[in-house]
Amino acid sequence: MAKKQKNSEPNGSGPKKTARHFDSGWYLLFAVISIILFLVITQPDPYLNMLKFFKEGIWITIYVTVVSFILVLVVGLIGGLGRVSGNKVVRGIATTYVEIIRGIPLLVQLLFWYFAMPALIQQIGRVTGNEALSNYQTNAIAMAIVGLTIGYGAYMSEVVRAGIQSIPKGQMEAARSLGLTYFQAMQHIILPQAFRVILPAIGNEFITLLKDSSLVSVVAVADLTRRGREYSAIHFNTLQTWSMVALVYLVMTLLSARLVAYTERKTKSER
Amino acid sequence: MAEAIIQIKNIHKHFGDCHALQGVSLEIKKGEVVVVIGPSGSGKSTLLRCINRLEEFDSGSIVVDGIPLAGAKNINLVRTEVGMVFQQFNLFPHLSVLENICLAQRIIRHRSKKEARDVSMKLLDKVGIPEKAEMRPPQLSGGQQQRVAIARALAMNPKIMLFDEPTSALDPEMIQEVLDVMLGLAKEGMTMVVVSHEIGFAKAAADRAILMDGGKIIEEAPPKVLFENPKNARTKAFLSKVL
Repeated sequence: MAKKQKNSEPNGSGPKKTARHFDSGWYLLFAVISIILFLVITQPDPYLNMLKFFKEGIWITIYVTVVSFILVLVVGLIGGLGRVSGNKVVRGIATTYVEIIRGIPLLVQLLFWYFAMPALIQQIGRVTGNEALSNYQTNAIAMAIVGLTIGYGAYMSEVVRAGIQSIPKGQMEAARSLGLTYFQAMQHIILPQAFRVILPAIGNEFITLLKDSSLVSVVAVADLTRRGREYSAIHFNTLQTWSMVALVYLVMTLLSARLVAYTERKTKSER
Repeated sequence: MAEAIIQIKNIHKHFGDCHALQGVSLEIKKGEVVVVIGPSGSGKSTLLRCINRLEEFDSGSIVVDGIPLAGAKNINLVRTEVGMVFQQFNLFPHLSVLENICLAQRIIRHRSKKEARDVSMKLLDKVGIPEKAEMRPPQLSGGQQQRVAIARALAMNPKIMLFDEPTSALDPEMIQEVLDVMLGLAKEGMTMVVVSHEIGFAKAAADRAILMDGGKIIEEAPPKVLFENPKNARTKAFLSKVL
């Protein structure tokens, strides 16, 4: 890592820097928003009505995505640490988790958590004679979040593992030689550096998760996609409905991409 | 003064098929400066890394400051007493120079922020670069980075300092500034084990020089004797290539 002094170019003046770094992705985002505004203003029926109908679904999509993502970060951190652990049992468990989850389609996982898991719990309740378990009713949003978290946690574990392994071995050795424990070294030395390395990948995972959250529409969660399906079923205007659903998703993903690009630039300049 | 702070007895170490250390025994007294030389692959770095157990040894025993390493439950206790300086510096690039030196003091010595800062600034003075405290390691020259690395190790008040080829990754004009810091440490009575081919440093500072080859100690003598009048044929052959 630290070999020779690199003559980093002096920091440019403020305005020049922002001009150079202006992210052309913003143009696309503005264009998409403009199209939506144009449609809503020129043809309030159906587009404004549609947006009103979608409102709750948009919030549920955001809610499911953000909550799942926070949990995915936790699972990914634990899974990633497990994947690089010196303990064979821990590493084995983490590896098995990643391999199994990556081998099953996310849609099937979501169906499993929503339909199969409650059935299993009820069955256990019936066999053991436990009233509470046999009458178990599942919460669609909670199960959707569980499914997305476990599914995406596996991919995030691999991202974290790659980040940790990208940090030169000497960093851990230097930290350990100062007397830090393995976990102290991880916390203060390895993970902060690894985080910067994997920040773009984490951002990508967020955007992919946002899109894949549309899968929860098949397990009784009234997210944006499901609201779209309901609306088109009522009004029989599939072209307009799915175009608007697509545009709304685009606004969310393009905005996320810009945020990711921004944080990435920020941490880079801090180096 | 005669007490041995490091006692190494007949240690063996394998890397797969490679028998890296083949029964090395060595005693180092408190305040002694020992320079280890030898061709690459001779096991000298491995020996050094065994002293703070960055490498585990297969058999034999090492006792550091009264604590046997083989069964040591809390190896971190030993490591806080043994400072190590690496060939590649291994500074933490995401932290400032000051934070590099403060980190372990805060976590392990539980010093207050101010206390750690004061210790760090004193050490930066000592290694001659107090003005670099707020910079990041990659902004420093190699020699400066290595001096920070020495300060970082010293901040834990170690009883022993290990140097693993501290000047091998440096441009020639930066070697002396690092050696000067090490010479100062030796004069203060620090116990030092130095893997290095800097013959000048060895002659000026070392009490003993050791030549290793093929995982064994070949010859052991005061540096003047070893460098100018070696007895062993392998030592002669090696020195003729280095000098």
